[in-house]
Amino acid sequence: MDKKLTPLSKLFLIIIFFILYAPIFFLILYSFNSGETMYSFKGFSLEWYRELFHDTRLLIIVLNTIVVALLSALFSTIIGIFGALAIHMAKRRETKNTLLSFNNVLIVSPDVIIGASFLILFTMAGIKLGFYSVLLSHIAFSIPIVVLMVLPKLTEMSPSLIDAARDLGASSWDVMSKVIIPYISPGIFAGFFMALTYSLDDFAVTFFVTGNGFSTLSVEIYSLARRGISLNINALSALLFLFTMLLVVIYYFITQRNKPSGMGVRKR
Amino acid sequence: MENKLTRNLYKIPYLLWILVFVIVPIALVVYYSFFDIEGHFSLGNYRKFFTPVYLQMTVSSFWYAFLITAISLIIAYPTALLLTKTKHKQLWLLLIIVPSWINLLLKAYAFIGIFGTYGAANSFLKVIGIGQQQILFTDFSFVFVSVYIFIPFMILPIFNSLNELNPTLIDAANDLGASKWTTFRRVIFPLTIDGVKSGCQVTFIPALSLFMLTRLIAGNRVITLGTAIEQHFLVTQDWGMGSTIAVFLIIIMVLIMVLTNTKKRGV
Repeated sequence: MDKKLTPLSKLFLIIIFFILYAPIFFLILYSFNSGETMYSFKGFSLEWYRELFHDTRLLIIVLNTIVVALLSALFSTIIGIFGALAIHMAKRRETKNTLLSFNNVLIVSPDVIIGASFLILFTMAGIKLGFYSVLLSHIAFSIPIVVLMVLPKLTEMSPSLIDAARDLGASSWDVMSKVIIPYISPGIFAGFFMALTYSLDDFAVTFFVTGNGFSTLSVEIYSLARRGISLNINALSALLFLFTMLLVVIYYFITQRNKPSGMGVRKR
Repeated sequence: MENKLTRNLYKIPYLLWILVFVIVPIALVVYYSFFDIEGHFSLGNYRKFFTPVYLQMTVSSFWYAFLITAISLIIAYPTALLLTKTKHKQLWLLLIIVPSWINLLLKAYAFIGIFGTYGAANSFLKVIGIGQQQILFTDFSFVFVSVYIFIPFMILPIFNSLNELNPTLIDAANDLGASKWTTFRRVIFPLTIDGVKSGCQVTFIPALSLFMLTRLIAGNRVITLGTAIEQHFLVTQDWGMGSTIAVFLIIIMVLIMVLTNTKKRGV
């Protein structure tokens, strides 16, 4: 295979990268516009950022989003670890495969289906739509990804490690807390992190199960965007872009330590 | 302490999760699909689904999803192929993936600005002499934005399978006198078909169901299955009909999963 790229193929790659990044930088550029539209750049100003930081309603929504993300990542990581252990320890092959198939249902299901079915579920169970319904659904759809992040670490671990610990007199609890958990911790971190980003990024499921009065950032952006252009969304997107970059860097370092699970793309 | 009960205790939360959030919701969707808007048991929703209105919607939703998947594939495959030939390929791949981490709604919002009546796309069209066009709220803008959003998801699995390809196979094909095109058609493409399949899988199913894009970008010109479900659940409150469409979407999804069944690699 010729390793050199021809000028034509370089041009192709440049165009692809341009198309991928242009809209994002376009958004950020106009967040500094002193005008009110996304088509004529009147001059540099930080007015939209100032407005953003004075918008208490929006700040509360940001806080909500972060609280939901942290709590859902925490709970889904705990249950996900249990799940990965359950799948790993299953003796029969069929049990393992069945559990894995159930695990993957929520990963492959389109968000609308998850959202609609959870809406029915919460209504039937009499759970009021709001903070708790959003939190519960975020926990629910983050669990499978945690399992998938932790499981490879468990399979990779040599069983003789556990045997050795037992021979040396460790109790089950010791084996768990001093051998297994430390060994799979990179997977746990990756899982926690993925759960966090899933929750922060989710729109469709939240949109279904959030009632009036509770809103997350994605839902808020959607309702603002449906009303048309308003440049404080641009300012918000610039801040979110910086935040995303930060997450990418963190994720990059986690995967560097945790090679086998590799790189992931976010779900939608 | 070492008895069977405590040893199995840790499984409970996870199994409970499977029951409550995986099995029960799907069962509820199927259950609801048998009720009409007044809450009477009937097969009316299924009858309604097979009327021309809904069938036409399903077909057009499929057509759009197919178009989006095909265009993404045509763009993503060469990109992935060229990326594997670059020097710092992991870094370039990371740069391709970064846009996929940015909130989808913000990307859609950016296109509302770009494709708007006075937006960047229209000023460009004016400069090259075509003149102002209606771009936003057309099927073109819907397909374009969807392709934009799905390209990273398509590139990643294809890149991974190309990366795993043994380069000596290509050398062998060259030595045996295969032209570049023959090598691609007979060696490279067949060996990376798994990546292509999982790429199509992660594009096609969401393309059928993303309702926020049709709402924001296509106005209400494009109705996909996802839009119809959202409409029935949150606007007309006809949960029965919404569930019926959801049942069909689940069936379609399972079919696609079976058709593109790979050995669980890639994404």
